[in-house]
Amino acid sequence: MLESLKEFAGHFFVTGEPLIYMSDVAIVVVSLAIVFTLTYLKKWKWLWKEWLTTVDHKKIGIMYLISALLMLFRGGVDALLMRTQLALPNLHFLDPQHYNEIFTTHGTIMILFMAMPFLFALFNIVVPLQIGARDVAFPYLNAISFWLFFFGALLFNLSFVIGGSPDAGWVSYPPLTELATDPGPGENFYLLSLQISGIGSIATGINFIVTILKMRAPGMTLMKMPLFSWSVLASCIIIVFAFPALTVALALLMFDRLFGTHFFTMLHGGNPMMYINLFWVWGHPEVYIAVLPAFGVISEVVATFSRKSVFGYKSMVAALMVITVINYLVWAHHFFTMGASAGVNAYFAVATMLVGIPTGVKVFNWLFTMFRGRIRLTLPMLWAIAFIPCFAIGGATGVMLAAAPADYQYHNSFFLIAHFHQTLIGGVVFGLLAGLYYWWPKMFGFILDERLGKWAFWFFNIGFYVCFMPMYALGFMGMTRRVYTYPAETGWTGLNFVSTIGAYLMGIGFLLIVAQVLYSIKYGKRDVTGDPWDGRTLEWALPSPVPHYNFARIPEVSELDAWWHMKQNGETLAAQNKKAPLEPIHMPKNTGRPFIMGVFFFIAGFGFVFNWFWMGAIGLIGVVITLIARSQERDTEYEIPAEEIRRTESALGRL
Amino acid sequence: MTTVAEKRPTNAGHDGGRLPLEYTRHEGPLNILGFWIFLATDVVLFASLFATYFVLRTHVDGGPTDKELFGISGFTIETVLLLTSSFTGSLAVYAMRNGNKKRLLGWLIVTLLLGIAFVGYELHEFLDYAAEGATMQRSAFLSAFFTLVGTHGAHVTFGIIWMASIIVQIARYGIDAINARKTFIVSLYWHFLDIIWIFIFTTVYMMGVVS
Ligand code: HEM
Ligand SMILES: [Cu+2]
Repeated sequence: MLESLKEFAGHFFVTGEPLIYMSDVAIVVVSLAIVFTLTYLKKWKWLWKEWLTTVDHKKIGIMYLISALLMLFRGGVDALLMRTQLALPNLHFLDPQHYNEIFTTHGTIMILFMAMPFLFALFNIVVPLQIGARDVAFPYLNAISFWLFFFGALLFNLSFVIGGSPDAGWVSYPPLTELATDPGPGENFYLLSLQISGIGSIATGINFIVTILKMRAPGMTLMKMPLFSWSVLASCIIIVFAFPALTVALALLMFDRLFGTHFFTMLHGGNPMMYINLFWVWGHPEVYIAVLPAFGVISEVVATFSRKSVFGYKSMVAALMVITVINYLVWAHHFFTMGASAGVNAYFAVATMLVGIPTGVKVFNWLFTMFRGRIRLTLPMLWAIAFIPCFAIGGATGVMLAAAPADYQYHNSFFLIAHFHQTLIGGVVFGLLAGLYYWWPKMFGFILDERLGKWAFWFFNIGFYVCFMPMYALGFMGMTRRVYTYPAETGWTGLNFVSTIGAYLMGIGFLLIVAQVLYSIKYGKRDVTGDPWDGRTLEWALPSPVPHYNFARIPEVSELDAWWHMKQNGETLAAQNKKAPLEPIHMPKNTGRPFIMGVFFFIAGFGFVFNWFWMGAIGLIGVVITLIARSQERDTEYEIPAEEIRRTESALGRL
Repeated sequence: MTTVAEKRPTNAGHDGGRLPLEYTRHEGPLNILGFWIFLATDVVLFASLFATYFVLRTHVDGGPTDKELFGISGFTIETVLLLTSSFTGSLAVYAMRNGNKKRLLGWLIVTLLLGIAFVGYELHEFLDYAAEGATMQRSAFLSAFFTLVGTHGAHVTFGIIWMASIIVQIARYGIDAINARKTFIVSLYWHFLDIIWIFIFTTVYMMGVVS
């Protein structure tokens, strides 16, 4: 009995690595510390009532944000471990298996559990405020989305200490990932956690499309809607039409591994290329899902800090919509070398290059917006300015990769690694950080410290170029991706060492951002007006932080940059509030069910990871029960009395 | 002469009684649009499964082919059951528009029973195939077949549970704006599954038998 238990535990928990034992200890200590602090401060009830059961889009956004920053930390540590291993030839800091696991978790976490929640944080916090709505279209579904993301991420991260991490890259290609060649629960963790969080992402996509189409303030026609909201609409349309392909790819591979089917096996008629196609039918659009909202942020920030309306608004919208269509038609550029005919490759090469046109339109429009503007170099503007050249270089190397014959040379080399980090960091992360600095006062009511922020900015930016420019050269010199080490004779040592220095500079940049946040919580300038940047869009009309019903009265909009025009005409929300007596507001009730549903999904996922079908069944039955309970629920709203709104508004100086 | 429209129970205060009941509460139009978009995602899901099926259709690995496997009577009965249920589902919505609770419940229950019969037949078909050795694990073709048709069957099963939950509510609370919305949406879902089935019927079964 004891023996078999020991045997089981030996497989169940990851063993034999000092790094992992250290992490085990750290996890236990941190968990205990959290439990202790919450108990000591008597905060359990607060946590449940204010956060875990909330359906308020602003709080859900903040929870996404915190998760995203934590995951940025984990993904960043993975990155530094890899760069440390590659700093010098023949290092044995990580063994090959460990290196495989780390690039897999790094890539997966950065894209699905860092970039996605970071985006969703901004969607949630900004869109309803910007379009003059009181919440998203489906607040309850919104909470479900968050908890599915959360428990998906938890399941994925658990693989680090229980069962073993996935180790076949963030794309998880079969036939390598079939059971015969990759036994154990690692890949199951990947498949199930992405599946669970993916369902949440689809729901978010639907939610924000409906919110944007149906809940804009009166007078805000689509062509008077701020560009960030437009970019969210574009991103969500892509989510809706791309994510189901991922759902299918993951499900079929899971069937192969759990039920012994033959979709992608080498035997019995399976076809691994089918997975690769399905994966990239989602995978390429995914990069646009991530980068379009970053474009949106840049459009807002550049206009605000140039004190000008954005140049070429209509062409900006058109460019977004054109990208929304073209991005579906280019997926095979990820496998030019995998045996398609010249005709097919030629088509995908040309289609890929076409995306450069609308993207170029956007870059020029940002530049023209700044041209002759009164530019203020605040933190958001700094990141936006850094974004433009960085993303442009990333785009240029992308066009190089899109030239199919040349790609035979670049494919899966460090040139590719440099290219996509330039678009993912220089594009997505820079854009998201610009958005973070820009909307931070709206979320928390204080401004992040400029001085520390500038240090962080320079460390991160210089670090970025030091880290990734050498990789382009390494790619040309023949260094392929996903190699855990290299011999000295290759001559790659110098450039790799420089690259590692750059990675550490970026790490310092990240720590400085953390320091900046902590410092500013105490000493940051308070935002008492609600409009610290002299903004142009409706969210800046509201106090910071925003009361939970957002607008006491939904404003009427007559022009693009609604708030700017209101200010020009000497109007304020206070004046609007005074026009007529305030009315009671209906708001959705808080509920714990989305959280509970997430727990059931987690139970189901965990069960299937270990082939414990009884546990998977329990989880799924739990999910169905929560769905039925929701269906039976009829009383989902409550009313905020007019008197309470009046009191809140006058306390905020808006009456 | 009174028209059907005039007899509809409506929320006259809001819009002069012009909108169908399911659109009268503020969340009605939102939920309905949201559901349409959900259906769009489901179209992509099924499109991916269909594509996989067509790629793997001939990959039988020496096992049974579609022509050898499919029995015409089985899938014909399934088709008749499901198409009929779609028709009765429409009758249910029609009864709802007329404010006739009894008929609404009656037609919903008929729809539900037809759906259960459909799923029963499909299970029966699957078990038959498995008994002949044609399991999911036998070949890529069979993996794709069972997954595509089974996903549709799972959707129908889910629809049955969902519809049952709505029937309970109509019995308890009658035809109000909330129930009208729910009935309307579940009927959208049901018709959608019918359309998917028509594709399965023609491109999987018919083409399989003919080829
Ligand atoms: C601190 C900044 C970062 C550094 C130093 C870094 C470094 C690396 C390195 C060294 C690799 C592995 C190369 C190889 O051996 O194949 C890698 C892979 C990857 N990184 Fe990063 N990275 C960073 C940030 C990011 C971000 C922000 C994202 C996405 C938003 C990202 C996405 C990826 C992906 C998708 C892979 C491919 C994983 C795979 O091969 O399956 N990285 N990164
Ligand atoms: Cu791509």
